[in-house]
Amino acid sequence: MEIKILGPGCPKCQQTEKAVREALEEAGVQANVEKVKDTMEIANYGVFGTPAVVIDGEVKSVGKIPKKGDILSWIKK
Amino acid sequence: MEEKCCETGTDISRVTMILACSGGSNVGQLANQTAIELSSEGYGKMSCLAGVGGHLSGFVQSARDVDRLVLIDGCEKGCGKAIFEHLEIPIKTYLVITELGIEKNKDFKLKREEIDRVKNAVKDASMTQSESFTDISAGCSCS
Repeated sequence: MEIKILGPGCPKCQQTEKAVREALEEAGVQANVEKVKDTMEIANYGVFGTPAVVIDGEVKSVGKIPKKGDILSWIKK
Repeated sequence: MEEKCCETGTDISRVTMILACSGGSNVGQLANQTAIELSSEGYGKMSCLAGVGGHLSGFVQSARDVDRLVLIDGCEKGCGKAIFEHLEIPIKTYLVITELGIEKNKDFKLKREEIDRVKNAVKDASMTQSESFTDISAGCSCS
């Protein structure tokens, strides 16, 4: 599983990454988590704001810190 | 790093997303021109309706997650509305240009008076629903 956290590195971006990593640990799911800070690369995803979460190429959340329950539903297939 | 974040990001809780029809008629292009001008003037930020219609996840999820959104259709065919209904995205503020009394035709020389009428209608529609346009210079969501 490939997870990308899109955002320039603000506190909400950091909190989003933390939330994702905690959910992965709770679910016992292995994933490669990458932070994408480059604005052009972020723009290529078509997101309206940051932070944003992308899982296996699909944007799951835009402009907010996602809830744990939502993250768990995304990573548990 | 945080200052740079706030200069380049978009706080979607404070910015109105504007999505507009851009169809092959005067009213389709009035919708598009309205979106362009409102974005340029700082009354929200234009996004891509075609991206939503094409099921590109970044555009679709952005339309779902944004707090404030205005959807402008040119005519009663409601292509933009149909896209939202197909994807089950709630429509927050919706406007149909022909319902403002502007007749649909194939004249692409847009009238300034009609552009301004549509812009004012969009602003009024957003205000009516207790939404207010916010300067897009609002920073990222790290408030």
